[in-house]
Amino acid sequence: MTAAPNTVRITYREAMRQALREALQRDPRVFLMGEDVGRYGGCFAVSKGLLDEFGPERIRDTPLSESAFVGAGIGAAMGGMRPIVEIMTVNFSLLALDQIVNNAAAILYMSGGQFNIPLVIRMTTGAGRQLAAQHSHSLEGWFAHIPGLRILAPATLADARGMLWTALQDPDPVLIFENGALYNMEGELAADAGAVDIDRAAIRRAGTDVSLIAYGGSLGKALEAAEALAAAGVNAEVVDLRTLRPLDSATIIDSVTRTHRAAIIDEGWRSGSLAAEISARILESAFYELDAPVARVCGAEAPMPYAKHLEDAATPQPAAIVDAVRGMMAERG
Amino acid sequence: MTPPGKEPRRVDRDRVAAAPATAAAPERQHALNLMREMLRIRRFEEKCAELYSAAKIRGFLHLYIGEEAVAVGAIQPLESDDAIVATYREHGHALVRGISAASIMAELYGKREGCSRGRGGSMHIFDAATRFYGGNAIVGGGLPLAVGLALADKMNRRPRVTACFFGEGAVAEGEFHESMNLAALWKLPVAFFCENNLYAMGTALKRSESETDLCLKASSYEIPAWPADGMDVLACEDAARRALLAVRAGDGPCFVEFRTYRFRAHSMYDPQLYRAKEEVEEWKKRDPLVIFEAFLRERSLFDDDDLKRLEEEVGAELAQAVEFAEAGTWEPAAELTRFVYSERAGG
Ligand SMILES: Cc1ncc(C[n+]2csc(CCOP(=O)(O)OP(=O)(O)O)c2C)c(N)n1
Repeated sequence: MTAAPNTVRITYREAMRQALREALQRDPRVFLMGEDVGRYGGCFAVSKGLLDEFGPERIRDTPLSESAFVGAGIGAAMGGMRPIVEIMTVNFSLLALDQIVNNAAAILYMSGGQFNIPLVIRMTTGAGRQLAAQHSHSLEGWFAHIPGLRILAPATLADARGMLWTALQDPDPVLIFENGALYNMEGELAADAGAVDIDRAAIRRAGTDVSLIAYGGSLGKALEAAEALAAAGVNAEVVDLRTLRPLDSATIIDSVTRTHRAAIIDEGWRSGSLAAEISARILESAFYELDAPVARVCGAEAPMPYAKHLEDAATPQPAAIVDAVRGMMAERG
Repeated sequence: MTPPGKEPRRVDRDRVAAAPATAAAPERQHALNLMREMLRIRRFEEKCAELYSAAKIRGFLHLYIGEEAVAVGAIQPLESDDAIVATYREHGHALVRGISAASIMAELYGKREGCSRGRGGSMHIFDAATRFYGGNAIVGGGLPLAVGLALADKMNRRPRVTACFFGEGAVAEGEFHESMNLAALWKLPVAFFCENNLYAMGTALKRSESETDLCLKASSYEIPAWPADGMDVLACEDAARRALLAVRAGDGPCFVEFRTYRFRAHSMYDPQLYRAKEEVEEWKKRDPLVIFEAFLRERSLFDDDDLKRLEEEVGAELAQAVEFAEAGTWEPAAELTRFVYSERAGG
């Protein structure tokens, strides 16, 4: 297959890097800071080369001090800058949880609307790379619990390229969760790709029989499952949440209202999950539209194991999505 | 004019003990033992790199090549009921502590016979029998654990020590400072063993710390602290022995900064853009195995036969470890959620 003339072949990692470069070029208030973003080139090589281009003032290596540099990002944002703070992985964001929850998410409210925090925090999330229980979790659902934050999960090249700029225009803190398994994803992207909205979910595959609701690293698996289901005569719609907070309920409910069945795919643990929240919203708003109970395909309720076969068993896989949908279709009267 | 009582407090540099003079020549048997342990680590790590390329080992893999003298010197003087808390770069510590190479290798393979039953991998080696409280992959995450282990010992009046290993990168974390303070405040039996290999991934110490003298930091918490040449196994052993003696005396924690260097990449995916090849080569001249071997040969404590025999012994152990890992089995996926909670007798 040859690329259409107005597209470029690009990886998710490069798309993210282009987004960073554009932000740094367009807005002098923007700077990137985090552990090893500069000399090392970013622990997942996202910021590789940016140090040479923008210098150490704006591509700022920090010590191993998650709480301090996230807090400093909050302070700098209040001081008129537009910081992009990179935390290597979501597991390490736990060392900065105090700053994120007690300061970033609360200061605007606590100050009676006086101090907003225009801060973007990026971090890697998710499993699939055999990094075991301190580097692989999907905790974005926790952050989506917190009022005051906006939570993004780019799952496509266009979103990897376009969400950052829009996030930087947001007056309030935005957290971007990049699923580590996506960095090497390669594909075609419009040569003039730029900012995208960060409010709405997107229908990635139109269908009529069931809505597969996914985000981030699970989107590809949902699309794969949809292909397998198509071969079995089931026409699945795939909804990409894109923004995990605030959730775009309208798109979700609209899809379920058309397909009458919903399966939610979430790499996070099932209990108290984002999938639970979405399921509740469907039950609240579209209960009478349902032809089958809502299904959830979630991460197994265990810390992430190291061994490959156990890790695969612990994370949602296309086969499990297909099984869940088959179960639902069997209930067709 | 500074208001009275507001003069900035300076840390008294005299509290930082001077490094000891190079130790006297060891007894031959002991020397051979130190050499063997360093060689075990070196060959184990080289094998790991090879097995990683062969995709037998996956995930992150952090090798200890270049730093062997530290684990060997520091762990040697521990008693069998002392505890160890380590980091993700812990294969060497686990080996010296007496966890079998076979069960470590099986863990790296992700096999059920591994010391963590395939759930932990390279960064999470655990072993209750030797009181090895893990490989921790959160930088700084192990320090509070060590403080707690020592607290339990103190409260139970058990004369044990917890040896806590961490890299110099951890010194920037809040958990380092909080742990130093608590251990000193409560006079807990912790030996803080800082492995200063100069780089935290790609970040040089001087780029991450305003004060790069780590002993000074420890001494600001009233913790006796001294540096040791981390490439010289005898110096490491001597420094650790002194620390352990002081800790066992019941006066609280000690801090040793082992000045060392990692010869390989941070993990397997590191193009090492942050340091010059010449710098690495310069440090390799102080390879802990090479300098110790030369030291022993000069004193006629080591010869070609010794080397041959050690290599054979270590090679055989390693071959057996790989065989064990290869022959290991996969934990059935049905057991995935086993050990999320404790298994109660009769339950
Ligand atoms: C809290 C936390 N932040 C970041 C990381 C990513 N990381 C892993 S190792 C490392 C460097 C640590 O350096 P140092 O403590 O000096 O130990 P070394 O790797 O040199 O042995 C970093 C930044 C992590 N594992 N945990």
